[in-house]
Amino acid sequence: MKKFLIALLFAPVMAFAAGAALHLDKWPGSVSDKAALQNGAKLFVNYCLSCHSASYMRYKNLMDLGLTEAQVKDNLMFAGEKIGDLMTVAARYDEQKKWFGATPPDLTIVARARGDAGAPKAGADWLYTYLRTFYRDDARPTGWNNVAFAAVGMPHVLWELQGTQVMNHETHKLELAVPGKMSPAEYDKAVSDLVGFMVWMGEPQQEYRQTLGIFVLLFLAVLFVVAYALKKEYWKDIH
Amino acid sequence: MAGGIYEKYKSDGSLAGNVLEWVDARFPATSMWKGHLSEYYAPKNFNFWYFFGSLALLVLVIQIVTGIFLVMHYKPDAALNAAGVPVAFASVEYIMRDVPGGWIIRYMHSTGASAFFIVVYLHMFRGLIYGSYRKPRELTWLFGVGIFLVLMGEAFFGYLLPWGQMSYWGAQVIVNLFGAIPVIGNDLSIIIRGDFIVGDATLNRFFSFHVIAFPLVLIGLVAAHILALHETGSNNPDGIDIKEKKDEHGIPLDGIPFHPYYTVKDIVGVVVFLMVFSAVMFFAPEGGGYFLETPNFYPADPLKTPPHIAPVWYFTPYYSILRAMVWNFFGLDAKFWGVVAMGASVVVFAFLPWLDRSPVRSIRYRGPITKAMVTLFVICFFILGYLGTLSPSPMGELVSQICMVFYFAFFLGMPWWSRMDKFKPVPERVTMK
Ligand code: HEC
Ligand code: HEM
Repeated sequence: MKKFLIALLFAPVMAFAAGAALHLDKWPGSVSDKAALQNGAKLFVNYCLSCHSASYMRYKNLMDLGLTEAQVKDNLMFAGEKIGDLMTVAARYDEQKKWFGATPPDLTIVARARGDAGAPKAGADWLYTYLRTFYRDDARPTGWNNVAFAAVGMPHVLWELQGTQVMNHETHKLELAVPGKMSPAEYDKAVSDLVGFMVWMGEPQQEYRQTLGIFVLLFLAVLFVVAYALKKEYWKDIH
Repeated sequence: MAGGIYEKYKSDGSLAGNVLEWVDARFPATSMWKGHLSEYYAPKNFNFWYFFGSLALLVLVIQIVTGIFLVMHYKPDAALNAAGVPVAFASVEYIMRDVPGGWIIRYMHSTGASAFFIVVYLHMFRGLIYGSYRKPRELTWLFGVGIFLVLMGEAFFGYLLPWGQMSYWGAQVIVNLFGAIPVIGNDLSIIIRGDFIVGDATLNRFFSFHVIAFPLVLIGLVAAHILALHETGSNNPDGIDIKEKKDEHGIPLDGIPFHPYYTVKDIVGVVVFLMVFSAVMFFAPEGGGYFLETPNFYPADPLKTPPHIAPVWYFTPYYSILRAMVWNFFGLDAKFWGVVAMGASVVVFAFLPWLDRSPVRSIRYRGPITKAMVTLFVICFFILGYLGTLSPSPMGELVSQICMVFYFAFFLGMPWWSRMDKFKPVPERVTMK
């Protein structure tokens, strides 16, 4: 019995210990910020869509970010694509596997896939950390490694913007060795926008879903009052 | 009462009346309406626990109707599309994005699966505390256990269909279990998969089971469950028989017609249930990672085993029992005994009507032993469920072994402990508390 109680006591503690790992930076953005999402979409199309597809999205879905069809066509699409096309990549996924040793996965729902049970924004935090913690590592075939994703197959495609970070092996902290086109604050903002776009893309109707949910609950609340009154009326003689 | 003989409907001369008379002469419309609703007498003291039967029916309807719409767009195809994503996985995402209202339908169905188990577990718990399975309702209970088994199969098959990482590896692990059965195991698991690994053949047959075979059986069992119940009449929180005290017309003194009394009452239950259901569906459709598991947002990859494979929450108590069996008995592998223990932990419910020897049905008139046993059983069930969601660990294994032993002791010891208790006198008539 004593053993049993001790075991009961420790089960949750152990669960906790198993989960403790990487520290994630909080994603500071919001999916309600349309301007940020538009900027994120632009970064995504320019820097990511060459390797990663977003193949559950159609270009026309981008109009939901408050853009006109012409704006989407001019700014976010490559020549020869139609507005109803899926956001796929030209490169063959099996060839990419040869280049990077890993296939760049589809990113449409990566923000949900990287989410953790119980922490709804964990996916966004992970992405925000991942895209800011690439550092030089000559031991890797691409020359890049990552704090959030050890031995990653993806090179640091935003290095021009962020500059080059190196790992200080004494402090275990990243240091900016060569500055990029953006200041660290500007870079963080750009990544935040990009992550916001990926969070939005994971479920484009997420805000509408919650709005609709409020109306459904209000309707049900009214229905409850009616149903409860009806029940009371019918049951008044039952004792 | 159900099964009684009712007078056929006589027309009042109006067109509608004539039509009804014509139908009633050829179809038991009046007798079904009266026998099962307007003259089916239910005890007047049903409490909170009695909502879950009608709620289970509601969820069944939700699952079937949303399922019909999902099948219109879902494609059971494991081949990779041009973007390198399995067609089945992509088709679910298209339902979420391109099909108008598709996301509502899909979230209703995925939330409905978990809701089904919550409702059915509460429904079974009611049976346990009020002794509803006792004579003469053994068949109602047995049909119920049948429903539970089929429901588990239905959920297992359905979970493979989105073809995510957890779908794939969950199915792989469970089907491999059958391989642990001596002699026939290997062939059996190949028959279930239709292949040597989980693949397109598996997906297609699971689709077939999920959309037609199992729902048909489920509906048949639900009909039998309700017919059997209406033959004996419902039990109630006092666990006494309302048919023993009748008025001069043969109507139980403590009975009220199901319609309108319980129809209007159940509507209140339905609305409250829908509020909780909508709160999850619209504000947390992933159910904190328990209703839609996070790794299932990655498409199935036969080459990449996820670090931690956990079944959906409603299977985790049994999964814990499976993992708790680590002993080789009689020269047979522990894995085999794990499967046996897991199967037994579900099937053992069927024997309750014969294991329970208490002189009274309801927990209200049973003593501290029953209350302690039931409480501990529920605690063990929750602990097993919780541990089943975690990666294996030595401490978790020990705790689940202790809980497993108690789980079986609860059932197998019942013929003794259920008799030993102190009992209170049962009332003559039902109480309204
Ligand atoms: C040069 C091709 C290439 C480009 C461009 C690229 N990636 Fe990647 N990415 C990869 C590869 C390859 C992987 C797989 C890494 C692995 O599995 O080791 C990857 C993996 C990822 C992952 C991890 C996915 C997961 O959950 O496992 C994320 C997130 C990601 N990339 C985001 C981005 C974003 C955002 C951009 C645009 C800023 C981008 N990538 C641009 C090649 C690329
Ligand atoms: C699809 C799933 C199920 C449906 C639709 C269903 C439906 C119902 C309904 C409508 C009732 C009458 C209302 C009530 O008493 O709450 C009922 C009663 C009952 N059910 Fe179920 N049921 C289901 C599953 C089960 C299961 C899994 C069990 C047990 C293993 C079970 C055991 C019982 C018992 C014993 C009663 C009689 C209760 C009493 O009279 O106190 N049912 N069921």
